[in-house]
Amino acid sequence: MADITSNFVGIKSPNPFWLASAPPTDKEYNVVRAFREGWGGVVWKTLGEDPPVVNVNGPRYGAIWGADRRVLGFNNIELITDRELQTNLREIKKVKKEWPDRAMVVSLMVPCEEENWKSILKLVEETDADGIELNFGCPHGMSERGMGSAVGQVPEYIEMVARWCKQNTRMPVIVKLTPNITDIRYPARAARRGGADAVSLINTINSITGVDLDNFAPQPTVDGKGTHGGYCGPAVKPIAMNMVAEIARDPETRGMPISGIGGITTWRDAAEFMALGAGNVQVCTAAMVYGFKIVREMIDGLSDWMDEKGHRTLDDVVARAVPNVTDWQYLNLNYIAKARIDQDLCIKCGRCHIACEDTSHQAITSMVDGVRHFEVIDAECVGCNLCVNVCPVENCITLEPLAVGELDKRTGRTVSPEYANWTTHPNNPAARIAAE
Amino acid sequence: MAEGQFRSGIAGARLPLERYTDNFADLHPALDQHEALVEADRCYFCYDAPCMQACPTEIDIPMFIRQIATGNPLGSARTIFDQNILGGMCARVCPTETLCEEVCVREIAEGKPVQIGRLQRYATDVAMRQDKQFYQRAAPTGRRIAVVGAGPAGLACAHRLAMHGHEVTILDAREKPGGLNEYGIAAYKTPGGFAQEEVDYITGIGGIAIENGKALGRDFTLADLTGRYDAVFLGMGLAGVNGLATEGEELSGVDNAVDFIAVLRQAEDLSQLPIGRRVVVIGGGMTAIDAAIQARLLGAEEVTICYRRGKEHMNASEWEQDLAASKGVVIRHWVRPLRIVEQGGKVAGVELEYTTLRDGRLAGTGESLWIDADQVFKAIGQSFDPLPLNGGGSSLELENGRIRVDAEGRTSSAMVWAGGDCTGSGEDLTVTAVAQGRDAAESIHRALTANGRA
Ligand SMILES: Cc1cc2nc3c(=O)[nH]c(=O)nc-3n(C[C@H](O)[C@H](O)[C@H](O)COP(=O)(O)OP(=O)(O)OC[C@H]3O[C@@H](n4cnc5c(N)ncnc54)[C@H](O)[C@@H]3O)c2cc1C
Ligand SMILES: Cc1cc2nc3c(=O)[nH]c(=O)nc-3n(C[C@H](O)[C@H](O)[C@H](O)COP(=O)(O)O)c2cc1C
Ligand code: SF4
Ligand code: SF4
Ligand code: SF4
Repeated sequence: MADITSNFVGIKSPNPFWLASAPPTDKEYNVVRAFREGWGGVVWKTLGEDPPVVNVNGPRYGAIWGADRRVLGFNNIELITDRELQTNLREIKKVKKEWPDRAMVVSLMVPCEEENWKSILKLVEETDADGIELNFGCPHGMSERGMGSAVGQVPEYIEMVARWCKQNTRMPVIVKLTPNITDIRYPARAARRGGADAVSLINTINSITGVDLDNFAPQPTVDGKGTHGGYCGPAVKPIAMNMVAEIARDPETRGMPISGIGGITTWRDAAEFMALGAGNVQVCTAAMVYGFKIVREMIDGLSDWMDEKGHRTLDDVVARAVPNVTDWQYLNLNYIAKARIDQDLCIKCGRCHIACEDTSHQAITSMVDGVRHFEVIDAECVGCNLCVNVCPVENCITLEPLAVGELDKRTGRTVSPEYANWTTHPNNPAARIAAE
Repeated sequence: MAEGQFRSGIAGARLPLERYTDNFADLHPALDQHEALVEADRCYFCYDAPCMQACPTEIDIPMFIRQIATGNPLGSARTIFDQNILGGMCARVCPTETLCEEVCVREIAEGKPVQIGRLQRYATDVAMRQDKQFYQRAAPTGRRIAVVGAGPAGLACAHRLAMHGHEVTILDAREKPGGLNEYGIAAYKTPGGFAQEEVDYITGIGGIAIENGKALGRDFTLADLTGRYDAVFLGMGLAGVNGLATEGEELSGVDNAVDFIAVLRQAEDLSQLPIGRRVVVIGGGMTAIDAAIQARLLGAEEVTICYRRGKEHMNASEWEQDLAASKGVVIRHWVRPLRIVEQGGKVAGVELEYTTLRDGRLAGTGESLWIDADQVFKAIGQSFDPLPLNGGGSSLELENGRIRVDAEGRTSSAMVWAGGDCTGSGEDLTVTAVAQGRDAAESIHRALTANGRA
């Protein structure tokens, strides 16, 4: 049996699945329910100074849906906890005491003054929590008050606050990053310079999920008006994974522990984040959509997969894909693949044909000898993968590499065994200059 | 004397009253909005969609389903009506299992097609409930066209002609318009007066006058029409019924299945409609199935369909055969009637002979079979009755006993078009009649405008 116990910056948990700081972790009642279902840890809903913030009393969530009204993307205009600081601290202490094997990390957000951070850190230490997470990510409401993503968007502030925290607490410090920034490496580097033990990402993305076309107001609509909210859920996973990978392979931050967050819904999502460098993962939307029970599928799925593949511990998985993340210019231009349609699986919907015909390379038939028939024309196929992506039947179209020495009917050339990328390509002006 | 279901002979009131309502309720109840959205999401929006090719009226099915999915049911209805103004009826009566849904790629993939018919009903119901008229008539052309028959072919033709600005008069022999929609289709497929609602919806465009009780060949001749109108469209359906040529056919208690269904469709109170305790239906098509099922639904204790060939030869689809079986109808294959026998002036039973294929031809085996019956329905096909066409002017050419037409619906006579069951082209289906009526209207319009008179 694979060992999925996790040790993230010294914080131990029976599995790498933590609940992200959000409504599921806002109070004892929810957190205890989560622990009963098996969650490895929680990042408590972000604490602030008293008096607590207030939330809107109308809708705070919006969503977009796929077929069958499956939530693909979720958005919120909720603030940090709206409960008294003491209430939260008391519950944190109690839960940690009752569940000593689970990770208890406390998310914090106070004004950007050292004194404010110092005093809240002292209070948190008394709860015996395992660590803190600095919420530099909240993109709505709090940022208008100079906190949350307003800090997270200025690398110097991140560095400064991380340093204050490191100097004023024994607890490991995790800096939670906002994705509402052009290059995620800058805030990550700042966190490292400030001495943070880890970064966690992503927080939510600025978004408007919909517009009420009767009232011409963004959704969620509060009394006729709306504001941008924070986007999360499956739709943000690709964005989050890229950011995790960028930090994992950046020479300045390589090796810094990362807690991966963003759209994680299944064990597979979690394994992907970990392969890209996340030491553990945090989940919010999936729990809010399906309830806490999903963690059981995540635990089983991850451990079954690890057994099947012979991975013994999480260390065998974490960052394994990082060396394979590279820049476009280093991709092998001599690698040639062609789409192949499995005629037994094909249900003849014609989607591959029309996609390729209308928008790409005219490389799939729709009719052969007067019969509806979909087949790849090798002489036209550039191996772009569009058809694979639009086909409704899994594995019906696959992209198969040509073997070395095989003829590429499109170019008339045989496949070369050499690895050759853009840096040396004759069409690359930079390469020509180097050659001259 | 035994009561209700077990009363011998032909009698009404076999069932408790409330059972009639249940029995004749909608076969495929309407989808509610949630169901429609879930179902619409299943459509792959296929390219050159097979379903669309299989629809005789070529409705853009992926498009109308996408419009439902995107919350635009009215747009969806317009997409449907653009091709098929009887989209509401077709949604209810089309044997989708042998048309669009048979070739749906999800039928191929999962054995579960997108429920195209029910989605079509969803969208058309929305539009018809609001009496949303999508089409405006073009400027009046001054052309007048006579349409004989207010069935699906005639109605579709009339609507398209009216749209093009022509004045249409529909002449129909029956008391009510609608053709077999009103008098033939099984009651559970189109409950609640839908046929007349649809006629009103179609004629709502204006420029269409319907005159009922006007029969060609009795009240006027084809020559009268060609003399008084700029063009004539014949959508007269099949007025004749094939006979059994079997001893006892004339007995009371032996009826044409189509007549039984017509009476049933017009009945004010189904509980009063008499039906035999034991019913035998001779035939293997849609009419046989519908008559048999409705006999059961009226409370007949035993209903047996007798068909002279095998299951695979039946015109009724497998789905319809299964439906009949699920209602308790017994289907016997490879038997043909020898004689209908009476006792005391009433039908007592049918003597049949087993059949087999010998050298590719149907032959009796000599072995016989007896089935008790108080009532026998003949459902071995309808035929075109050409007599009304006679009487002045050159008569129309026929082909296989029906009016010969070309691909546009033109008959052998210059001023006369025809479509639907009375022609030999295509299957005898509501949707085919609609397609032919519509296409003939386009042909008439082209003819009337091309010669410079419009
Ligand atoms: C019992 C039964 C069940 C059926 N069930 C289905 C089904 O479930 N699905 C399906 O798709 N199809 C079904 N059909 C077939 C379908 O009803 C026909 O194909 C369709 O109605 C043909 O339309 P039409 O306009 O050509 O003729 P009809 O609907 O028959 O209309 C012809 C009209 O012409 C009128 N007429 C006839 N002679 C004259 C005359 N001399 N002068 C003036 N008017 C005249 C008639 O009164 C009638 O109104 C069924 C048929 C029957 C008999
Ligand atoms: C309703 C809601 C409230 C949230 N509140 C907080 C918060 O108080 N502090 C914080 O750091 N992140 C907050 N988040 C962000 C989540 O912790 C998480 O980073 C984000 O939702 C992405 O993960 P997911 O795709 O699994 O939901 C909130 C998210 C949601 C949906
Ligand atoms: S989720 Fe609960 S609190 Fe929120 S709107 Fe629905 S019922 Fe109300
Ligand atoms: S998209 Fe897939 S299923 Fe559809 S025609 Fe192409 S290969 Fe076949
Ligand atoms: S074949 Fe089926 S899935 Fe494809 S467009 Fe038609 S209804 Fe939709």
